[in-house]
Amino acid sequence: MFAYYLELAVRSLKRNKALTLLMVLAISVGIGASMTTLTVMHLLSGDPLPGKSAELFYPQVDPDPSPGKHTEPPDIMDYRSAMDLWSAQRADRQALIVDSSLKLMAPGVNLPPLMGTMLSTTADFFPMFKVPFEYGSGWTTNEDTNHARVTVISADLNDKLFGGANSVGRTLHLGDTDTRIIGVLKPWRPSPVFYSVAGGHYANGNTAAFYSKPEDIFTPFTSGLEINAGNFQTFNCWHAPDNSGHLENSDCEWVALWVQLDSAAKVVDYRNFLTGYAEQQKKLGRFTHTDTRLRDLMQWLDYNRVLPSDVRLQTWLAFAFLAICLFNTVGLLLAKFMRRRGEIGLRRALGASRAAVFTQCLVESGIIGSIGGLGGLLLTFIGLRLVHAQPTPYADLAHLDLSMFLVTFVLAIAVSLLAGTIPAWQACRVTPSLQLKM
Amino acid sequence: MEIQLVFAALRRHRLATILIALEIALACAVLSNACFMIANRLTMMRINSGVDESSLALLQVTGYDSNASIDLNARVVAGLRAIPNVKSVSVINAVPFGKQAGASGITTDAAGEHFGGVVDFYVGNLGSIKALGLKLVAGHFPNTDDFQPMSSYFPTDAKVLITRSLAAHLWPDVDPLGRQFWSGKFHFRVIGVIDHLAIAQPESRSSTNADWSVFAPALPGKFLSGTYLLRANQKDVPRVLSDARAAIAKIAPDVVLDRQDSQTLSELRHIYFASDRAMAGMLLGVIVALLMVTALGIVGLTSFWVQQRRRSIGIRRAVGATRVDILRYFQVENFLIVSFGIALGMLLALVLNMLLMKHYELPHLPLIYLPIGAITLWLLGQFAVLGPALHAATVPPMVATRTE
Repeated sequence: MFAYYLELAVRSLKRNKALTLLMVLAISVGIGASMTTLTVMHLLSGDPLPGKSAELFYPQVDPDPSPGKHTEPPDIMDYRSAMDLWSAQRADRQALIVDSSLKLMAPGVNLPPLMGTMLSTTADFFPMFKVPFEYGSGWTTNEDTNHARVTVISADLNDKLFGGANSVGRTLHLGDTDTRIIGVLKPWRPSPVFYSVAGGHYANGNTAAFYSKPEDIFTPFTSGLEINAGNFQTFNCWHAPDNSGHLENSDCEWVALWVQLDSAAKVVDYRNFLTGYAEQQKKLGRFTHTDTRLRDLMQWLDYNRVLPSDVRLQTWLAFAFLAICLFNTVGLLLAKFMRRRGEIGLRRALGASRAAVFTQCLVESGIIGSIGGLGGLLLTFIGLRLVHAQPTPYADLAHLDLSMFLVTFVLAIAVSLLAGTIPAWQACRVTPSLQLKM
Repeated sequence: MEIQLVFAALRRHRLATILIALEIALACAVLSNACFMIANRLTMMRINSGVDESSLALLQVTGYDSNASIDLNARVVAGLRAIPNVKSVSVINAVPFGKQAGASGITTDAAGEHFGGVVDFYVGNLGSIKALGLKLVAGHFPNTDDFQPMSSYFPTDAKVLITRSLAAHLWPDVDPLGRQFWSGKFHFRVIGVIDHLAIAQPESRSSTNADWSVFAPALPGKFLSGTYLLRANQKDVPRVLSDARAAIAKIAPDVVLDRQDSQTLSELRHIYFASDRAMAGMLLGVIVALLMVTALGIVGLTSFWVQQRRRSIGIRRAVGATRVDILRYFQVENFLIVSFGIALGMLLALVLNMLLMKHYELPHLPLIYLPIGAITLWLLGQFAVLGPALHAATVPPMVATRTE
């Protein structure tokens, strides 16, 4: 019976090719647009460290004594608070983080010096954030305490300087300092670069920069501060620093801390520890505000509204467009089936059940939906190619993963059924007798 | 009478009519809001920077020892001046559409209690005011001895120029000349008001304070180095910049040229607004696709109705209706459906705008965009219905006598 319906449907669709094409196109374009934008949104709002993000926390304290409203502690800490919390070693793992840029050069490589970005951090950074290594490895706490002149470099930089070869053991000139390369990362592209996200709620929705590439070089925190002394940028200051760029004793926020807490009990303990620290600092007269926060990774990203507002806007727009396409197709199918009232009435009079008429119509609209869905999938691929060509830092991230591929299929089927059910339902309600009176 | 006839026919196609009206309502809501968003982006992209962009280029170098910056400034300025067609070379900390530099909160009292907002501080040497082409509207430009050495990000005690919009914000209805403001330990006194000077990253703050800038005069040195403003005749600017980019390797072999930020100012503006252009393009694409889908939907639906009603049309023709009457009938029918959709669509547009305002930095939808959307859709509907309606008008009265 199904084969017969299929044949009938194809015949009916062929009768009015332009209209069939119009309906298929409308569904394709609607699905293509919404799936493209939904995929981008999915890629940008996903969990950058699945399975691990719930154990990672971002402590915040408020070192800023200036009067005025302090609704939230600042996004980043001053050097002293960050060092105090880090030295207490109350977490399973902990990483201090400071970003800066500096001149780098590889001796023996025929390239002019170039500016690179440097992340100065502590040994736990690599295991804590599951950073993948191609060659060598990260450093240990020994190198942190000894201010060792060692570096880990990104795959991009390794390609640029050493043509992708194993460069472990080679020298890299950072500013005026010689450092030894001890590790080379695999291509690593966290989306967003979650560990340095901060200040998102001041960004006015222009948060695309959070999706840039990670730093070129990673150095031990203690060494980094010495190598690039004088070139550190502040997040915010409540007093302008006396010696700009040298921020260790300044009234500036510029050091971030991440901690890993493996169990709920430890999270509670750490929260208490943070509160205790703030209270103690208040007693010492250093803090005036004792507000603290301990957000986990995803909460921290949410708080910073990392998803660029343009991306959200595009997604809403695309779904409104899909709705318009859907209304359009349902309206057309309805008109088409209603035009065949006579034919349907005749079939009903000859003994076809309502269910049979319903199925027949649903097969016809299902065909349109399926072809439209396939077209939509194709357009999604084209759409993502277009996103690739966009002038945004996240352009290179756009690709269709398996889950979004499946979502496209489900959406296509849902859309086609939705588009088909109402017209088919109307058609099967045609009464036999009325249509035979002609 | 005609209208009653139309209503009677539409009642028989209630569901299809509602669907197409809903489609138009949604199209109307999206159309008005998308037009408004495009207009917003275009306004932003046309922001008046207050400087002679077309005559300027920026050269930015990094990676030098900051203790050697006085020597570096002297070498670079002299070296760049030697390039043919260069009119002037000045030292500045930032330019509109370039890298962010010198953003700071200010207060209108020394104790730091009356917060005045976050503003951009442009710090430049003697030649930079003339090079930028700032337009003075009150007071005077700094004298030569107002350019002082700096021991930090800003001069400690400077006579400054502020923009008209910043003056109006800080001291509404009062003469801003001679007034003072502070940023921590830095003290500033207003000696002149300039027409416009956009902040370096105009989209990073709300559009009302995109022109809140201060120009502070200073002498080049450790804290004012590495960023050079080149002025030339408009037609020479690209050439001058490429010469300068090539020359820097000889002038200062130890520095790293920041290629991304060493651009003409027109190019910097172009790059800065690239994502807005892309977004405006996308919105326009959605509008076009949406109007096309809607128009084709109307064509398809009306064609069906014409085919379905061939007999009734024939009968009406047979009992005396002219071709024009038949044409009119379909036009009126379409007008009614579209009007119904538009009425709903305007409400929906306002709801959508409220949602957008809540989640995005978007102002109120000006009511003028509602009639724009309505008229577009009315015209679109009439245009789309014309083909099928003309086709209907050709149905001969003979059809009435046939049985199908």
